[in-house]
Amino acid sequence: MTPEPAKGAPAPKDNRWRLVEATMRRHGHKSHALIEALHSAQEAYGFLENDVLRMVATELRIPLSKVYGVATFYNFFTLKPQGRHTCVVCTGTACYIKGADQIMNVLEKKFDLKSGTTSPDGQVSVLTARCIGSCGLAPAAVLDGAVAAKLTPAQVVAKVEEWMSHDQH
Amino acid sequence: MISIEDLSQISQAEREARDAVGHQINVCVAASCLSLQSDKVKEELEKAVEAKGKKDCCKVRGVGCMGLCAAGPLVAVEKEKVLYQGVAPEDASAIVDALGGEPVARIQGDLEAPFFARQQKIVLENCGRIDPERIEEYIAADGYLALIDTLTAMTPIGVVQQVTRSGLRGRGGAGYPTGLKWATVNKSQGTRKFVICNGDEGDPGAFMDRAVLESDPHRILEGMALAGYAVGAQQGFVYVRAEYPLAIKRLKLAIKQAEKMGLLGANIGGTTFSFNVDIRLGAGAFVCGEETALIASVEGGRGTPRPRPPYPRSRVSGAIRRSSTTSRRSPTSRRFSATARSGSRRSARPRAAGRRSSPSRAQSPTPASSRCRWGCRCARSSSTSAAACPTARRSRPSRRAVPRAAASRNRASTCRATTSPSRSSARSWGRAE
Repeated sequence: MTPEPAKGAPAPKDNRWRLVEATMRRHGHKSHALIEALHSAQEAYGFLENDVLRMVATELRIPLSKVYGVATFYNFFTLKPQGRHTCVVCTGTACYIKGADQIMNVLEKKFDLKSGTTSPDGQVSVLTARCIGSCGLAPAAVLDGAVAAKLTPAQVVAKVEEWMSHDQH
Repeated sequence: MISIEDLSQISQAEREARDAVGHQINVCVAASCLSLQSDKVKEELEKAVEAKGKKDCCKVRGVGCMGLCAAGPLVAVEKEKVLYQGVAPEDASAIVDALGGEPVARIQGDLEAPFFARQQKIVLENCGRIDPERIEEYIAADGYLALIDTLTAMTPIGVVQQVTRSGLRGRGGAGYPTGLKWATVNKSQGTRKFVICNGDEGDPGAFMDRAVLESDPHRILEGMALAGYAVGAQQGFVYVRAEYPLAIKRLKLAIKQAEKMGLLGANIGGTTFSFNVDIRLGAGAFVCGEETALIASVEGGRGTPRPRPPYPRSRVSGAIRRSSTTSRRSPTSRRFSATARSGSRRSARPRAAGRRSSPSRAQSPTPASSRCRWGCRCARSSSTSAAACPTARRSRPSRRAVPRAAASRNRASTCRATTSPSRSSARSWGRAE
């Protein structure tokens, strides 16, 4: 089966698409570059939209079903748009014992944010991760890519509030 | 083309430069300390050194993980053997003032504490001592010497034999003899072979791969190149979790540096051996730590394990079809470069700490005497049969006896691999080679 031609795909000159294309070129447009391509697509677009999956399938000459299969198999890839800021709470054993569940509870109570959801204004996404390996610093969370150590629920709430208020103006 | 002389020149220059500095201040810049803002501490220390006019006799540099992550950020003054823990950026000027005099007692850590005193670092010997972002420092710690030496003086079969003699085993749970695995790949038919380094760790509290990837990335590259030479592979992949951005960054940098120096790439050290290393990112699937799932993921597919045989080391399917793969846990490959450097005898030394030397695990070795002959902590006497030891009973190999090197008789960390009764088979196998 040949993949469908890309429909409604981003214009080829889109800068974000160029990043994805550069990754595929580096691997010679071989099919084994799929995960790498999806990584850079997610980095460029923030999430994997259907059009991007189609474009990747066409470029690497693999069935769309396989691309979709890989994109949905791995936790790291998301098919839904993410908020502008992300808060990844570690729920590994050490963090759990030190109160990662309290952090999740407080986020749910205060902002109605569960794991895998984005706030209605599209500003903050909350995710959970398996052990991020910073057990000495438990409970830990990755706030916008930076590991924050020894967190209390209040600190996380303050950070989320800061993100939300910043983005209003 | 790089030779042993070039390496020793670089190492000499690096050591002289280090000796010329009076006070070397090491700041941990591995992930744990960085998340406690050790980068700011480093900045402040640099400013303080400059402000107090100690720039000539004092140097601040970032080093890898020192092990005591819970007490970070850690700062060590190298020659005076002083460790500071829980350092805040405001402490910087006090630390610089105390150089050459009495250390700042308020934040001083205890280097004589059991945590440090009972560690014997082997794989992690360079962690916390060298700057992971500079290849020269790794070379000054005798890095890449084993690679060039092996390439010029040994045959691939000779390397496999030495690894077999050393008794080195896989660092994963199964403890498969590395020499046996390499010999299988070495002998297997096929023109394209691969070395895959498994840096995908996801067990809670397990971050020994990250510690080395962030603190001593060149060690992994050297170990992989040696494995590639032994088995006849020209391409290696390091599979790293995407959740470790710092490890990926440092590994990428290390590959670039090694390629620039001719320690990776075509015709390493002027020999016919070529070896390239590529990074593959994991995408958050715990199962990808398993060998066949990992290979599926490297090939760009879903990481689903498949039944064996065929074993990956004899044949794998998909994009690396008709190729043999030796996939190894990254602790094994790090360990190997230490083995090759000191010869097989050192590796055969019985030891308690530092087998799987993750910062958390290396701290409390149980003395070998309190273990039963199956290596676990059930404290039964050495004459007890396997049936009496609950761990040995649970994990007795079902189908085939795993050859066991005499060297690892006293191994301490895992019970599973030591239950084999055929103690002499590894030795006889080594002779047959």
